[in-house]
Amino acid sequence: MIEIIRIIIIVLILIGAFLSLVAAFGVIRLPDVYTRNHAASKAATLGVMSVLLGTFLYFYAEEGHFNSRLILGIIFIFMTSPVAGHLISRAAYNAGVPLADVSVQDDLKTKKGSQVSVNQEKP
Amino acid sequence: MAFQILLNFFLAFVWMFLKVSYDPVTFLVGYFFGLLIIFAFRRFFDSRFYLLRVVAVINLLLIFMRELILSNIAILKVILKPKLDIRPGIFALETELTEDWEITVLSGLITLTPGTLVIDVSDDNRILYIHAMDIGDVDESVSSIKNSFEKAIMEVSK
Repeated sequence: MIEIIRIIIIVLILIGAFLSLVAAFGVIRLPDVYTRNHAASKAATLGVMSVLLGTFLYFYAEEGHFNSRLILGIIFIFMTSPVAGHLISRAAYNAGVPLADVSVQDDLKTKKGSQVSVNQEKP
Repeated sequence: MAFQILLNFFLAFVWMFLKVSYDPVTFLVGYFFGLLIIFAFRRFFDSRFYLLRVVAVINLLLIFMRELILSNIAILKVILKPKLDIRPGIFALETELTEDWEITVLSGLITLTPGTLVIDVSDDNRILYIHAMDIGDVDESVSSIKNSFEKAIMEVSK
Protein backbone atom coordinates (compact mmCIF):
# COMPACT_ATOMS: atom_id res chain seq x y z
CA MET A 1 0.00 0.00 0.00
CA ILE A 2 2.71 2.47 1.01
CA GLU A 3 4.59 1.61 -2.19
CA ILE A 4 1.56 2.49 -4.33
CA ILE A 5 1.22 5.81 -2.53
CA ARG A 6 4.93 6.49 -3.06
CA ILE A 7 4.58 5.82 -6.79
CA ILE A 8 1.57 8.17 -6.93
CA ILE A 9 3.59 10.87 -5.14
CA ILE A 10 6.51 10.49 -7.55
CA VAL A 11 4.22 10.61 -10.59
CA LEU A 12 2.38 13.70 -9.30
CA ILE A 13 5.54 15.67 -8.62
CA LEU A 14 7.13 14.67 -11.93
CA ILE A 15 3.96 15.63 -13.85
CA GLY A 16 3.91 18.97 -12.07
CA ALA A 17 7.52 19.70 -12.92
CA PHE A 18 6.98 18.60 -16.53
CA LEU A 19 3.92 20.83 -16.93
CA SER A 20 5.77 23.82 -15.53
CA LEU A 21 8.60 23.14 -17.98
CA VAL A 22 6.11 22.96 -20.86
CA ALA A 23 4.56 26.25 -19.72
CA ALA A 24 8.02 27.85 -19.83
CA PHE A 25 8.58 26.45 -23.35
CA GLY A 26 5.20 27.83 -24.38
CA VAL A 27 6.04 31.30 -23.11
CA ILE A 28 9.22 31.19 -25.21
CA ARG A 29 7.75 29.63 -28.36
CA LEU A 30 4.29 31.08 -28.87
CA PRO A 31 3.94 34.21 -31.02
CA ASP A 32 2.00 36.85 -29.04
CA VAL A 33 0.84 37.86 -25.56
CA TYR A 34 -2.52 36.12 -25.73
CA THR A 35 -1.30 32.69 -26.81
CA ARG A 36 1.53 32.90 -24.27
CA ASN A 37 -1.10 33.65 -21.68
CA HIS A 38 -2.90 30.44 -22.66
CA ALA A 39 0.21 28.42 -21.87
CA ALA A 40 1.13 30.28 -18.70
CA SER A 41 -2.32 30.38 -17.14
CA LYS A 42 -3.25 26.74 -17.79
CA ALA A 43 -0.16 24.56 -17.75
CA ALA A 44 1.43 26.39 -14.82
CA THR A 45 -1.80 26.12 -12.79
CA LEU A 46 -2.08 22.37 -13.04
CA GLY A 47 1.69 22.02 -12.62
CA VAL A 48 1.78 23.87 -9.32
CA MET A 49 -1.39 22.16 -8.17
CA SER A 50 -0.04 18.67 -8.73
CA VAL A 51 3.30 19.52 -7.09
CA LEU A 52 1.40 20.77 -4.03
CA LEU A 53 -0.82 17.67 -4.04
CA GLY A 54 2.26 15.44 -4.19
CA THR A 55 3.83 17.32 -1.28
CA PHE A 56 0.62 16.99 0.72
CA LEU A 57 0.45 13.24 0.09
CA TYR A 58 4.14 12.84 0.99
CA PHE A 59 3.81 14.47 4.39
CA TYR A 60 0.52 12.66 5.04
CA ALA A 61 1.78 9.19 4.10
CA GLU A 62 5.36 9.31 5.41
CA GLU A 63 5.04 11.46 8.51
CA GLY A 64 1.32 11.20 9.31
CA HIS A 65 1.05 14.99 9.21
CA PHE A 66 -2.16 16.37 7.69
CA ASN A 67 -1.13 19.78 6.40
CA SER A 68 -4.32 21.65 5.57
CA ARG A 69 -2.40 24.72 4.36
CA LEU A 70 -1.37 22.83 1.23
CA ILE A 71 -5.03 22.05 0.49
CA LEU A 72 -5.89 25.73 0.98
CA GLY A 73 -3.01 26.66 -1.32
CA ILE A 74 -4.33 24.32 -4.03
CA ILE A 75 -7.81 25.85 -3.75
CA PHE A 76 -6.51 29.43 -3.84
CA ILE A 77 -4.32 28.79 -6.91
CA PHE A 78 -7.24 27.09 -8.63
CA MET A 79 -9.50 30.07 -7.91
CA THR A 80 -7.11 32.93 -8.69
CA SER A 81 -5.01 31.89 -11.68
CA PRO A 82 -7.81 31.97 -14.33
CA VAL A 83 -8.75 35.44 -13.09
CA ALA A 84 -5.11 36.54 -13.31
CA GLY A 85 -4.85 35.26 -16.88
CA HIS A 86 -8.06 37.06 -17.81
CA LEU A 87 -6.93 40.35 -16.27
CA ILE A 88 -3.49 40.26 -17.90
CA SER A 89 -4.90 39.61 -21.37
CA ARG A 90 -7.63 42.23 -20.87
CA ALA A 91 -5.06 44.81 -19.81
CA ALA A 92 -2.91 43.88 -22.82
CA TYR A 93 -5.87 44.28 -25.17
CA ASN A 94 -6.89 47.62 -23.71
CA ALA A 95 -3.31 48.84 -23.99
CA GLY A 96 -3.47 48.06 -27.71
CA VAL A 97 -1.14 45.07 -27.96
CA PRO A 98 -1.66 43.58 -31.45
CA LEU A 99 -2.53 39.95 -32.10
CA ALA A 100 -0.19 37.71 -34.06
CA ASP A 101 -1.80 36.54 -37.31
CA VAL A 102 -5.43 36.96 -36.56
CA SER A 103 -7.95 35.27 -38.78
CA VAL A 104 -11.20 36.43 -37.17
CA GLN A 105 -11.30 39.38 -34.86
CA ASP A 106 -14.90 39.77 -33.96
CA ASP A 107 -16.96 42.38 -32.16
CA LEU A 108 -14.25 43.24 -29.71
CA LYS A 109 -12.66 45.51 -32.31
CA THR A 110 -15.90 47.40 -32.94
CA LYS A 111 -16.51 47.57 -29.22
CA LYS A 112 -13.04 48.98 -28.69
CA GLY A 113 -13.67 51.52 -31.45
CA SER A 114 -16.78 52.75 -29.66
CA GLN A 115 -14.84 52.95 -26.40
CA VAL A 116 -12.16 55.06 -28.04
CA SER A 117 -14.79 57.44 -29.40
CA VAL A 118 -16.32 57.70 -25.94
CA ASN A 119 -12.89 58.48 -24.52
CA GLN A 120 -12.40 61.16 -27.15
CA GLU A 121 -15.68 62.77 -26.26
CA LYS A 122 -14.83 63.00 -22.58
CA PRO A 123 -11.96 65.53 -22.59
CA MET B 1 -31.54 26.80 0.13
CA ALA B 2 -29.78 28.42 3.10
CA PHE B 3 -33.01 28.26 5.08
CA GLN B 4 -33.35 24.53 4.46
CA ILE B 5 -29.78 23.85 5.60
CA LEU B 6 -30.35 25.93 8.73
CA LEU B 7 -33.57 24.05 9.44
CA ASN B 8 -31.74 20.76 9.02
CA PHE B 9 -29.08 21.81 11.55
CA PHE B 10 -31.85 22.90 13.91
CA LEU B 11 -33.56 19.50 13.61
CA ALA B 12 -30.25 17.76 14.28
CA PHE B 13 -29.78 19.79 17.48
CA VAL B 14 -33.35 18.97 18.54
CA TRP B 15 -32.49 15.29 18.03
CA MET B 16 -29.36 15.68 20.20
CA PHE B 17 -31.44 17.29 22.95
CA LEU B 18 -34.05 14.51 22.71
CA LYS B 19 -31.34 11.85 23.04
CA VAL B 20 -29.41 13.76 25.76
CA SER B 21 -26.13 12.75 24.11
CA TYR B 22 -23.95 15.43 22.54
CA ASP B 23 -21.44 13.62 20.34
CA PRO B 24 -20.92 13.97 16.56
CA VAL B 25 -22.46 10.57 15.80
CA THR B 26 -25.78 11.63 17.33
CA PHE B 27 -25.56 14.86 15.37
CA LEU B 28 -25.08 12.94 12.12
CA VAL B 29 -28.01 10.63 12.87
CA GLY B 30 -30.20 13.63 13.67
CA TYR B 31 -29.03 15.36 10.51
CA PHE B 32 -30.03 12.30 8.48
CA PHE B 33 -33.50 12.17 10.04
CA GLY B 34 -33.89 15.91 9.50
CA LEU B 35 -32.99 15.35 5.86
CA LEU B 36 -35.80 12.79 5.59
CA ILE B 37 -38.24 15.22 7.23
CA ILE B 38 -37.26 18.06 4.89
CA PHE B 39 -37.62 15.71 1.92
CA ALA B 40 -41.10 14.72 3.10
CA PHE B 41 -42.12 18.39 3.48
CA ARG B 42 -40.39 19.61 0.32
CA ARG B 43 -43.52 21.06 -1.29
CA PHE B 44 -43.90 23.62 1.51
CA PHE B 45 -40.61 25.34 0.59
CA ASP B 46 -40.20 27.96 -2.09
CA SER B 47 -36.99 26.52 -3.56
CA ARG B 48 -36.05 22.98 -4.51
CA PHE B 49 -35.00 20.23 -2.11
CA TYR B 50 -31.50 21.45 -1.31
CA LEU B 51 -29.65 18.17 -1.81
CA LEU B 52 -30.30 18.45 -5.56
CA ARG B 53 -28.46 21.77 -5.59
CA VAL B 54 -25.56 20.28 -3.62
CA VAL B 55 -25.32 17.53 -6.24
CA ALA B 56 -25.29 20.20 -8.98
CA VAL B 57 -22.44 22.08 -7.27
CA ILE B 58 -20.40 18.87 -6.97
CA ASN B 59 -21.08 18.17 -10.64
CA LEU B 60 -19.79 21.66 -11.52
CA LEU B 61 -16.59 21.05 -9.53
CA LEU B 62 -16.01 17.76 -11.38
CA ILE B 63 -16.49 19.57 -14.71
CA PHE B 64 -13.88 22.14 -13.58
CA MET B 65 -11.36 19.38 -12.82
CA ARG B 66 -12.00 17.55 -16.10
CA GLU B 67 -11.65 20.72 -18.17
CA LEU B 68 -8.42 21.68 -16.40
CA ILE B 69 -6.81 18.34 -17.28
CA LEU B 70 -8.15 18.32 -20.87
CA SER B 71 -6.96 21.89 -21.52
CA ASN B 72 -3.52 21.01 -20.24
CA ILE B 73 -3.29 18.10 -22.65
CA ALA B 74 -4.39 20.38 -25.51
CA ILE B 75 -1.80 23.04 -24.58
CA LEU B 76 0.84 20.32 -24.34
CA LYS B 77 0.06 19.15 -27.87
CA VAL B 78 0.24 22.67 -29.30
CA ILE B 79 3.49 23.61 -27.60
CA LEU B 80 5.40 20.39 -28.20
CA LYS B 81 4.35 20.08 -31.85
CA PRO B 82 7.42 20.74 -34.03
CA LYS B 83 5.55 22.99 -36.47
CA LEU B 84 3.54 25.87 -35.03
CA ASP B 85 0.32 25.97 -37.06
CA ILE B 86 -2.14 27.69 -34.78
CA ARG B 87 -4.61 30.33 -35.98
CA PRO B 88 -5.55 32.48 -32.98
CA GLY B 89 -8.44 34.92 -32.92
CA ILE B 90 -11.15 36.54 -30.86
CA PHE B 91 -14.82 35.63 -31.10
CA ALA B 92 -17.95 36.78 -29.33
CA LEU B 93 -20.23 34.47 -27.36
CA GLU B 94 -23.70 35.49 -26.30
CA THR B 95 -24.68 34.11 -22.95
CA GLU B 96 -28.08 33.65 -21.38
CA LEU B 97 -26.80 33.87 -17.82
CA THR B 98 -27.73 37.03 -15.94
CA GLU B 99 -26.34 36.98 -12.40
CA ASP B 100 -22.82 38.30 -11.82
CA TRP B 101 -21.55 35.19 -10.05
CA GLU B 102 -22.89 32.96 -12.85
CA ILE B 103 -20.94 34.94 -15.45
CA THR B 104 -17.83 34.83 -13.27
CA VAL B 105 -18.08 31.06 -12.95
CA LEU B 106 -18.75 30.70 -16.67
CA SER B 107 -15.70 32.78 -17.60
CA GLY B 108 -13.57 30.79 -15.17
CA LEU B 109 -14.75 27.59 -16.84
CA ILE B 110 -14.13 28.99 -20.33
CA THR B 111 -10.63 30.08 -19.33
CA LEU B 112 -9.92 26.51 -18.26
CA THR B 113 -11.45 25.04 -21.44
CA PRO B 114 -8.99 23.74 -24.05
CA GLY B 115 -7.77 26.63 -26.19
CA THR B 116 -9.99 29.48 -25.00
CA LEU B 117 -9.38 32.49 -22.75
CA VAL B 118 -11.90 35.17 -21.80
CA ILE B 119 -10.62 38.65 -22.68
CA ASP B 120 -13.57 40.92 -22.01
CA VAL B 121 -17.16 40.94 -20.80
CA SER B 122 -19.47 43.48 -22.38
CA ASP B 123 -20.92 46.17 -20.15
CA ASP B 124 -24.45 44.77 -20.20
CA ASN B 125 -23.19 41.26 -19.21
CA ARG B 126 -24.58 39.67 -22.37
CA ILE B 127 -21.54 38.98 -24.55
CA LEU B 128 -18.25 37.36 -23.64
CA TYR B 129 -15.23 38.07 -25.85
CA ILE B 130 -13.08 34.96 -26.01
CA HIS B 131 -9.59 34.53 -27.41
CA ALA B 132 -9.25 31.13 -29.05
CA MET B 133 -6.04 29.30 -29.82
CA ASP B 134 -7.50 27.79 -32.99
CA ILE B 135 -10.26 29.87 -34.51
CA GLY B 136 -11.17 27.13 -36.99
CA ASP B 137 -13.50 25.22 -34.72
CA VAL B 138 -15.29 28.17 -33.13
CA ASP B 139 -18.78 26.86 -33.75
CA GLU B 140 -17.92 23.58 -32.14
CA SER B 141 -16.48 25.19 -29.03
CA VAL B 142 -19.41 27.61 -28.78
CA SER B 143 -21.92 24.81 -28.91
CA SER B 144 -19.99 22.74 -26.39
CA ILE B 145 -19.74 25.71 -24.01
CA LYS B 146 -23.44 26.38 -24.40
CA ASN B 147 -24.49 22.80 -23.92
CA SER B 148 -22.35 21.67 -21.05
CA PHE B 149 -21.23 24.67 -19.00
CA GLU B 150 -24.23 26.97 -19.20
CA LYS B 151 -26.53 24.08 -18.48
CA ALA B 152 -24.48 22.98 -15.48
CA ILE B 153 -24.43 26.52 -14.07
CA MET B 154 -28.16 26.96 -14.65
CA GLU B 155 -28.73 23.67 -12.85
CA VAL B 156 -27.13 25.20 -9.76
CA SER B 157 -29.08 28.45 -9.81
CA LYS B 158 -32.46 26.99 -10.80
